[in-house]
Amino acid sequence: MATAQPAAEPALEMVRPRRETTAAWPLVDRLAYLLCWAVGIGLCLVALGIVALMFVKGISELHLKLLVEAPSASLHQTQSGGFSTPIVGTLVVTAIGTLVAVPIAVALAAWLNEYGRPRWLARAVESGVETIAGIPSIVLALFGLLLFARPFFGFLSGSTNNGAVTGQSFLVAGLVMGILAIPLVAATVSEGFQQLPRRLREASFALGKTRTTTTRRVLLPAMRPAIASGTVLGMGRIIGDTAIIWILLGGTLHNTPVGSTPILKTLRGTGSTLTSYVFSNAAGEGNSPQKAYAAAFVLLLIVLGLNALVTRLSGGRSLYTTRWGAKR
Amino acid sequence: MTAPPVRRIALDRHPRVVSPFEQVDGAGNGQGTAAGATAVASPTARRRAARPTTAAAERMRLESVSLAYGERWVVRDVSLPVRQGEVLALIGASGSGKTTLLRSLNRLTEITAGAGRAGRITLDGDEIHEIEVNALRRRVTMVFQQPNPFPMSIFENVAYALREAPIGSGSRPPRRRRLRRSQLEPAVREALRRAGLHEEVGDDLDRPAMALSGGQQQRLCIARALAADPEVLLLDEPCSALDPISTAVIEELIVGLRESVAVVIVTHNLQQAQRVADHVAFMHLGELVEYGTAEQVFDEPRRQRTRDYIGGAFG
Amino acid sequence: MHRRDAARDRRVELLLGALAVGVIALIVLILVTVLVNGWPSFSANGLHWFGPGGDVVTQFRAMQSSIPLPGHSIYYFRAWPLIWGTLLTTVGAVLIALVVSTLTAIFLTEFAPLPVQRVLLPVVRLLAGVPSVIYGLVGIVALVPWINENLISDGRKQSVAYVVQLNGASLSTAIVILTVMILPIMVALTANALTAVPPAWREGSAALGVNRWRTIWRVSLRAARPAIAAGTVLATARALGEAIMIAMVSGGRPFEANPLDGLTFLFEPVETLASGILEEFGGETNTPIGHTAYAMGAVLLFSAAMLSFTSWVVRRRLRRYGVGG
Repeated sequence: MATAQPAAEPALEMVRPRRETTAAWPLVDRLAYLLCWAVGIGLCLVALGIVALMFVKGISELHLKLLVEAPSASLHQTQSGGFSTPIVGTLVVTAIGTLVAVPIAVALAAWLNEYGRPRWLARAVESGVETIAGIPSIVLALFGLLLFARPFFGFLSGSTNNGAVTGQSFLVAGLVMGILAIPLVAATVSEGFQQLPRRLREASFALGKTRTTTTRRVLLPAMRPAIASGTVLGMGRIIGDTAIIWILLGGTLHNTPVGSTPILKTLRGTGSTLTSYVFSNAAGEGNSPQKAYAAAFVLLLIVLGLNALVTRLSGGRSLYTTRWGAKR
Repeated sequence: MTAPPVRRIALDRHPRVVSPFEQVDGAGNGQGTAAGATAVASPTARRRAARPTTAAAERMRLESVSLAYGERWVVRDVSLPVRQGEVLALIGASGSGKTTLLRSLNRLTEITAGAGRAGRITLDGDEIHEIEVNALRRRVTMVFQQPNPFPMSIFENVAYALREAPIGSGSRPPRRRRLRRSQLEPAVREALRRAGLHEEVGDDLDRPAMALSGGQQQRLCIARALAADPEVLLLDEPCSALDPISTAVIEELIVGLRESVAVVIVTHNLQQAQRVADHVAFMHLGELVEYGTAEQVFDEPRRQRTRDYIGGAFG
Repeated sequence: MHRRDAARDRRVELLLGALAVGVIALIVLILVTVLVNGWPSFSANGLHWFGPGGDVVTQFRAMQSSIPLPGHSIYYFRAWPLIWGTLLTTVGAVLIALVVSTLTAIFLTEFAPLPVQRVLLPVVRLLAGVPSVIYGLVGIVALVPWINENLISDGRKQSVAYVVQLNGASLSTAIVILTVMILPIMVALTANALTAVPPAWREGSAALGVNRWRTIWRVSLRAARPAIAAGTVLATARALGEAIMIAMVSGGRPFEANPLDGLTFLFEPVETLASGILEEFGGETNTPIGHTAYAMGAVLLFSAAMLSFTSWVVRRRLRRYGVGG
């Protein structure tokens, strides 16, 4: 192919090299190459298959009225009732959990990055947060029950017939969900702190401002995207967890309020969320797999939406630059 | 093929600034020692005594080689021989295509998408594009500008090429040797000796390679390249990231190596070329401007452009 | 003004520091309370708690009805079938996931054509965020019946009918779905690490005449070892603590699956420590069942702590050879 060169050159016949073929590789290497292809394609098919299954089944089973009708305790589960109550339940628990987790996580991240003295304490706290991330959620649920079933915390939930505190309510579940989400939010926010350029702090200190003022007035506003994506990640974690709900929310089909204060009575009562609804309808007594599919589909959409939101907020950075559930 | 006569580099005992166009009298230069690693490179150029011409064995030949990236030709119509027993230096300004030419010798240019070529390059008579690419690269190895030792121990780095070299060729599919450490160790130590690193690290070969200094890492890379006994050694500005002492050590090394491998070195440092090269190829904007012995090119350049470059008119 | 600011600064620092200490206190609290509440079960059974000895279901029923089994206390419990189930599912899933995720990550980052890469990497990331209950749903409505119909013959069912019912909800279902659940994290971490390998190493290896696969195997994977190790530990922790999904697909029966049964072994139901808690625990913390459940929780907690520690140790050791942690 001739090219435009300053001097008049005869057209040279160009040969483009081929990519390295595997033909000359030893047999073992070729097998490995094929294996990688096979496994890779296979896994991706499985992944796409699962997503496709959920979508197809979900769309076919999802009717609009399911979203707005409350569940009804009826023998003909396929005919009656929707899952509006569990949807509200999910929202409530997520809200409480997020409200608990985010301020604590931001404060922790701020302390770790901006103050962090003495050093051994900072390292201990970092390991500590990472340890919380490693605790199975069912164990956290057990802990929550132990803690909140004490009479001291009676105001958070209801009591059984013989006067013992149940320790099961929206409030309790929300609080424990908050503990669950703290490591993830803290990790994201902490990374955000680390990525702030040093000159922000240096400029503020040079003006004679204290660490507190610097953190509050200069750093936190710059951290909004990190805090936002951390919050959304935490919400995703909360929404997806079932074990805590199952143990701490009582798994009743309807919200069973406790006491008489408005709003608070619902929060003190038991109820269900999308996750426990799917669980009980698929495997438990409810046994209506169609509705389980529909509810699972709604759940999946919510999670997808949150995922997309995180990607937008963090400018394309994914869930994995901060490890899921664990601090770096 | 008989080995070319052993030569020593003649070093000035009292180096002085010499312009490339000045003739230096053959006498009056003391004998330098090849082992003098502490003979720090003076910033001035050192001249060597004239070398008796010997027909050195030709290892590679480039015939009208042109190279392109995309639609743009970066090397045009270059013809050169690469001989065993001598050091060939490719010099020229940035963008002259010397690095691209070097990389074409072991087909490393193919890694870049959109590379194109024309012309013929042969190794021992065989067109290199017909030899299997990995077999070619075992015979023509390269050392890069930035030392790039693998994240392994020193032993594993040098043994890397040995372990990965499959035996058997031709009709039977290649198998890989499974070698125990005791079988590899002599070859590893020999390679380290040839690279001048054995004295410093020979006592503990299991140290991480990343813990070595820059100069040592580069020598490790040279040892690694030599381990599989290549025919041609390509060096892409090997000293540009190193301090002067390491540079001097490596230059000594290079001269010592040329008996056993053909060495091609790309350098933008004219003094370095003067110190180590036997033949010099000056390239400019992709074209081979001048090729000749070091004395010819540096003392009596035939082309004006060469004169300009050596005189520092551009660079 | 300055002094007031400085004083306030110190107060804030102390406050935040107290919060940080509170986090550590929380962890200690969790450890202590769970252990304390599980203690009655441990003390009544001693080290035999971890051993085999009878059917877990019977033991639970005894606790529920408050009628102790003859010759034993009300706390009599032998957790081995559950521990065995946990080991089988977790180790099985992690081993398979390790191999599959490494191969997949290599495929995605080195061999796959660019459009394929661009589509698949986000899909992988998406899958990591899917709640485990959805995996359980897919398992219970798709995989379990399929296994039941296609892989378990009637003959096989008859052969063990006197001991246990085979209905597709089994060890293999649990392992398969658990593997799929932990794969995305591992693939993502490994893929990130592979793309972060310095090109200088790849180029250097190519220049020595080593083909692409061997370069990946000897250099890139080696450089990615810390990430792979970290991903493995993370995945193990997740697998260990997974209760809901396992409860849905593993058969819900703490049966000690016997490898000597041959292929039937794969189809026997199992229960893990985590799913066992979910299935059996009702919500009263002070009953024998409650104490037993907390004892199981304490074992899980201890394992999680051990995993965290292992992860830390592994990362420190791999830093020695100059690869990032």
